[in-house]
Amino acid sequence: MRKNTFSTKGLTKVYGEGRSAVHALRGVDLDIPEGEIVVLLGPSGSGKSTLLNIIGGLDRGTDGDAFFQDQNLSEMTDKQLTLYRRNHVGFVFQFYNLMPSLTARENVELVTEIANDPMDPDDALAMVGLRERVDHFPAQLSGGEQQRVAIARAVAKNPTVLFCDEPTGALDSMTGRAVLNVLKDVNEKLGATVLIVTHAASQAAMADRVIHFADGAIREVVMNKNKLTPEEIDW
Amino acid sequence: MSPLDHKLLRDLWRMKGQAIAIGMVIALGVGMLVMMTGLVTSLNETRNAYYERYRLADVFAPVTRAPDRLVGRLTAIAGVSAVEPRVVGGALIDLADKDLPVQAQAISLPDLRDPRLNDVFLTDGRMIDSDHTDEILLLQSFANAHGLRPGDRIQATMNGARRSFRIVGLAQSPEFLYVTAPGELIADDARFGVIWMSRAGLAAAYDMQGAFNEALLSLSRGANEAAVLDAVDRILAPYGGTGAYPLADQTSNLIVSEEIGGLEAASTGVPPIFLGVAAFLLYIVINRMVQSEREEIGLMKAFGYTNAEVGWHYFKLVMAIAVGGALAGCLMGIAGGRALIQVYVTYFKFPFLVFGLDPASFVIGVSVSIFSASVGGLLVLRSVFALTPASAMRAPAPADYSRTGAIGHALNRFLDQPSRMVVRRITRQPGRMAGAMIGIACGMALCVSMITIYAGFSRTIDLTFNVIDRSDVTVSFTHAASESTIFELRRMQGVTLVEPVRHVPAVLRNGLDTHRGVITGLGPDARLARALDADLAEIPLQTGGIVLATALADILNIRPGDMLTVEVREGRQPVLQIPVTAVAESLLGSPSYMDLAKLNRALREPNRVSGAYLTIDEARATDIYKALQDMPTVAGVSLKSDAQVSFQTLMDTGAGAIRYVMGAIAFIITFGIVYNAARIAYAERSRDLASLRVIGFTRGEAAFVLLGELAVVTLVALPLGALMGYYLSFGIAAGFSSELYQIPAIFDAASYGFAAMVVIGAAVGSGWLVKRDIDRAELVSALKTRE
Repeated sequence: MRKNTFSTKGLTKVYGEGRSAVHALRGVDLDIPEGEIVVLLGPSGSGKSTLLNIIGGLDRGTDGDAFFQDQNLSEMTDKQLTLYRRNHVGFVFQFYNLMPSLTARENVELVTEIANDPMDPDDALAMVGLRERVDHFPAQLSGGEQQRVAIARAVAKNPTVLFCDEPTGALDSMTGRAVLNVLKDVNEKLGATVLIVTHAASQAAMADRVIHFADGAIREVVMNKNKLTPEEIDW
Repeated sequence: MSPLDHKLLRDLWRMKGQAIAIGMVIALGVGMLVMMTGLVTSLNETRNAYYERYRLADVFAPVTRAPDRLVGRLTAIAGVSAVEPRVVGGALIDLADKDLPVQAQAISLPDLRDPRLNDVFLTDGRMIDSDHTDEILLLQSFANAHGLRPGDRIQATMNGARRSFRIVGLAQSPEFLYVTAPGELIADDARFGVIWMSRAGLAAAYDMQGAFNEALLSLSRGANEAAVLDAVDRILAPYGGTGAYPLADQTSNLIVSEEIGGLEAASTGVPPIFLGVAAFLLYIVINRMVQSEREEIGLMKAFGYTNAEVGWHYFKLVMAIAVGGALAGCLMGIAGGRALIQVYVTYFKFPFLVFGLDPASFVIGVSVSIFSASVGGLLVLRSVFALTPASAMRAPAPADYSRTGAIGHALNRFLDQPSRMVVRRITRQPGRMAGAMIGIACGMALCVSMITIYAGFSRTIDLTFNVIDRSDVTVSFTHAASESTIFELRRMQGVTLVEPVRHVPAVLRNGLDTHRGVITGLGPDARLARALDADLAEIPLQTGGIVLATALADILNIRPGDMLTVEVREGRQPVLQIPVTAVAESLLGSPSYMDLAKLNRALREPNRVSGAYLTIDEARATDIYKALQDMPTVAGVSLKSDAQVSFQTLMDTGAGAIRYVMGAIAFIITFGIVYNAARIAYAERSRDLASLRVIGFTRGEAAFVLLGELAVVTLVALPLGALMGYYLSFGIAAGFSSELYQIPAIFDAASYGFAAMVVIGAAVGSGWLVKRDIDRAELVSALKTRE
């Protein structure tokens, strides 16, 4: 039996108070074993991003607990959450969030400078196929390339877990597939748990586990016996 | 209301912190202009109303002794509307609480009628009864300074005779808004009194029955003042007339006018500088604010709004802030002016106040704000209009930093990534950084120039009382006495040094420029009072010419080498031609100096002195004062320590006091500038900062990227601001200088250091406020917000 990277017990998130309160998560119980690719699917507003933010250490639940391995994230101080993100978590966002004033390599170095056990920034960029473009600034890179730099930045710290919020949302199918391939490689080569939030159902085909969200709760969890490669996915 | 107007209101609400900060800066600039011009307008109108209601004379004609029948001839002069003859004389008042008798002027009020000119304003008690020659009115400020009330009795010596008087009332007069002992420049309520009493009583004391020794004249509208003065002099000359002079040369009016003039100069010189800085800042801030809205502008255009509609929308936003700030400034200016005018009304002893505002200041303040905001908004909107709507629909393109790479290579070895972000941002947008830097430099310049002004005021006091005048006591005589008086003083126990001086009243003329003043004759080896040049080296007087203070040389428009016409107003009243030999550094008044012996020779009055400078043994001071009091030739004794305190009070309560208000405004504007710079930088970088936090940077590490930029910009701004402040201080010093005293613009290292501390303090404070926002920012929402 593999250990769980994450588990949540009755995790609840409420925005606002009284009549205007919005229940983003309504008591979510979930286990995510280490080393899996997990896709969180659901319409917008269903709570998948909220869950990602809480277990990613960006936000806190209103009630219930969220564990990373055996540490309770709900009980961590801000400082501890910062260290948790710094040492264990890689993030990839829909809009890349690169520093425009740093080159591709420097964007990666931004993370490797502060991480515990980083890989060489050039190796990380080589993994995403950007060995030739390490000295380019974000403005000189295409959208797909920028997203791959963001992935290199996320994986360069050798993260325990990689969070991706709509990583292909702003990309065309070809670059999107390339990005998903990189995520798959990271999972296989580094053993990192990869969580992908998307509303593109087709991407679920490459996951080990697919979690369907609706109205702030898990509707169903499906184990995928026959994983497809990104190339085989319908876009 | 259209949806765009809803957006406008919500946008204003959203950016309320920054809108208030911008509005505040413009409000202070406008408020200062409105306040200062309102203050000057009110003071001028109040003074004029006071003069008019109490019928202050237009011409003053002193004479030795003129018979009353001359009044008819004076009244007959063309252009003269009224004549009031009166008797005036010097007096010494003995007070129980003072070692020294206090100098006073006794003035007659007509018996059985109101004065035609120079009426008095009774503040307490009743008018004198002309049947009782021992009844007097006392100047209210003098009475207050000594705790004297109607009903009290005082002893006074007049013309050598000691008499007892009963105070029946306290009074003010437009003639004595500012009172000084003869020959002194600095007013002190306690050290000079004015007594009004019956004509009959005073005439008896000064042997003036059926005669007068001063004529007051008022002029009808359109009268030729110079012609009247000539006619008066011709009529009074046989009776010892020493020259009629106009109200403009009357001491109290001269000094009050100078003080108001000083405020006026400060109000025309300083607020435009503040307003200019505020306007420039408004331009920069509006520019950057609209820049940060470019995505929304693209989006609105995508919906089908025209450039004109979008432009109008943002123009309204900018105007709301600019006009709001300007209007707030007008209100602040009115409130500030009303508060300050009370201070000045008390200072000038006006019995009432006519509050006036200068409408032009409102118009100027509001238009400058609108103009600078429009220019700032329009320039940036023009570039934003070039944006295609599609750019709003795409993910925000990262700013292009590729061209900054070259600069960075050499530095890269020494810098970590966050430092590189700071350096590249500064080098990539030098224009924008320069804007922020110049803004902060302007704040620094305002602080530097205001703080060096404080040092300039101290410098004026130091130079006047420690360098130029090194005496302890100044003694003035009742008339030009013989030099034996000096020997008498030297023989006194405890007097360590005595130096003679002769003050001669004179009108100095150079072409059309004239000045009514006093020539100071100093001995050959004078140590206690000297004429000094700009390097504080002594100027020798033995060459025979006259040495003029810088301010006087400016008034007369004359240079060393030129000939000066001196019309002496004493004794034989000769008219002399004397060469100007040098210009002396003097920051108090506008003195002129000559060698004592040469001055006496020119007057054909050898060995005469009118006073002396003394240094004394402090332990024997009381005995010395007693001895001086017993000398019949001594008219007055003044202590330098008293004079210094009076001067300090004058500079802290008169026109000079406004420097503290201006200083405070300079500090607030500086903070506003720095805070805005920090706020805008944060608005532009919130997304980057959130990203840094997400990938594991601590709050402090993330804040470094923003605050490092602010620190660099601030540090670069300091030397630039210091340089700008250096030049600005000349303008501000000129604004504060008057004929009464001059304020030098000096380089004072401590002032620059202090100004730098103020700016750094403002930067640290702003940094802390912004850092607090960085700490509070929710990572998730910051990431979702697009630039």
